[in-house]
Amino acid sequence: MAETANPRFLRTPVAPGGDPGQAYDFALPLRLDCGRALAQFTVAYMTYGTLNAAKSNAVLVCHALSLDQFAASINPLTGKLGWWDVLIGPGKAIDTDRFFVICPNVIGGCMGSTGPAEIDPATGEPYGLTFPLVTIDDMVRAQAMLLDALGIDEILCVIGGSMGGMQVLEWASSYPHRVVSAIPIATAARHSAQNIAFHEVGRQAIIADPDWMGGAYQRHGTRPAKGLAVARMAAHITYLSEAALQRKFGRALQNREAISFGFGPDFQIESYLHHQGTSFVDRFDANSYLYITRAMDYFDLAADHDGSLAEAFRGTRTRFCIIAFTSDWLFPTAENKRIAHALNAVAANVSFVEIETDRGHDAFLLDEPEMFATVRGFLNSAAASRGVK
Amino acid sequence: MKTLRPDLAAIAEMIPPAASVLDIGCGDGSLLEYLTAAKGVDGRGIELSQQNVNACVARGLSVIQGDADTDLAEYPSQVFDIVILSQTIQATRSPRTVLANLLRIGRKAIVSFPNFGHWRIRLSLLALGRMPRTPSLDYAWCDTPNIHLCTIADFAALAREQGAVTERALAFGEEGRTHPMSADSWGPNLFAESAIFLLHAGGNAPPKN
Repeated sequence: MAETANPRFLRTPVAPGGDPGQAYDFALPLRLDCGRALAQFTVAYMTYGTLNAAKSNAVLVCHALSLDQFAASINPLTGKLGWWDVLIGPGKAIDTDRFFVICPNVIGGCMGSTGPAEIDPATGEPYGLTFPLVTIDDMVRAQAMLLDALGIDEILCVIGGSMGGMQVLEWASSYPHRVVSAIPIATAARHSAQNIAFHEVGRQAIIADPDWMGGAYQRHGTRPAKGLAVARMAAHITYLSEAALQRKFGRALQNREAISFGFGPDFQIESYLHHQGTSFVDRFDANSYLYITRAMDYFDLAADHDGSLAEAFRGTRTRFCIIAFTSDWLFPTAENKRIAHALNAVAANVSFVEIETDRGHDAFLLDEPEMFATVRGFLNSAAASRGVK
Repeated sequence: MKTLRPDLAAIAEMIPPAASVLDIGCGDGSLLEYLTAAKGVDGRGIELSQQNVNACVARGLSVIQGDADTDLAEYPSQVFDIVILSQTIQATRSPRTVLANLLRIGRKAIVSFPNFGHWRIRLSLLALGRMPRTPSLDYAWCDTPNIHLCTIADFAALAREQGAVTERALAFGEEGRTHPMSADSWGPNLFAESAIFLLHAGGNAPPKN
């Protein structure tokens, strides 16, 4: 019915020594919120550590918009260190000597899980825009099927930042009996108007690129590299903070003594953004970017429960630890605290930690010792409650 | 396990094993940590200082940053066996609303506070004509967080006004020992440095929301 294999990547690995991880090919359908279904689908994933005999030490890591399953190991496609290598590993806050970490690539993604760049088995052509719209709920449903396939019923902890945090909330709401503890970081229970607006700028940049070809660029042998780069540049600004940009770049000029009275990259910040844009194009699929940003826009956990966020969690026995960062204006403290208030309203077990930093939304990916201490303490306490050594 | 501050030990003694407990103003979490380890309680905390909150969570406690004045309204009624407000009510903006919320959220409430009726405080004001400063209330009038100080008699009157039933009242003396007291007698109000009340909502309690 299903099988584990090496994941199929869209590009050739630059770091062939890097562990490509696994892929699970499901021969059963994934039903989607949009009403359609994927008749068959694949979830690519990485694991770290060892599942104990009781299968009680599983930690599920959910990735953000532009990230992937390579959370704690060399990414074979970029050769770079895992995006949460600071947090996950032997002796680290999520200690892989104790816990079995699973990090799947989301449905709609472009790192081996089924997404718009993959071949549609019905036509033999890449899906492109025929790929159905997916939601955060759909991503989580696919992950639940993966855990079923791996024989893991209960997750000790589900953790993620940004869109990963949305998946954490969806997990806790949809599968409360399977989730012992949950750590949503720098996230929200709904995407705000401002966040939808930024996403729309990114999508329109991609769509306006003539090389996008109505979404069928794979068939035409083109790539909307300029559009995707602009989308990434705009988004990247939202991941930082005004203070951090000022501190790092100020008005410093790029490789020149004076302004050029032209439109080249006079300022270091421009050059930095260009670099962010072009390097992103090398590792991400433009249609995937459209689909995943849309999934985030559609996320509104309260709307699925008659407008009451508290109802999404009524009766929950999951322990929650919500983490926010002071300078995060994309998913500000108030949005994170809204989740905490909803959990309070149903007398859930919830901790709320706000960490002082000027590094903006991206702080959740950076060296933030207070975040590490919080995750370590909370996870240890959850592990103790389940007798996990 | 660290030894508890004597007033916190007196509070801990009032809490039955395995109770669900909300500690409002839980500070560094030492009471919650003790109750979890020694009595197996299901403990939660609310704390104003983010620094304290982060330290509590890193120690495995369930604590949320929040304010007794603004954040209690969202809790449902009668969800905790015991709600604790230790040495905090005098620093709230609206002690009346806070007490009403304690009695609503918890089946029982424990409130401790410094007694502004202590003879040394009375004498200090009489003799010096300046706002009193004591080792436990060591603030100048203009920068104190304790904006609603009260005496034991004042608190007993507020509890009565709320229709609360006082199950136990303890006077906390200078020698660090607790004595049972009658909340309305003049002696403890003059000699106790602080007081601990164990209360529950009475029949004519304010309507639950």
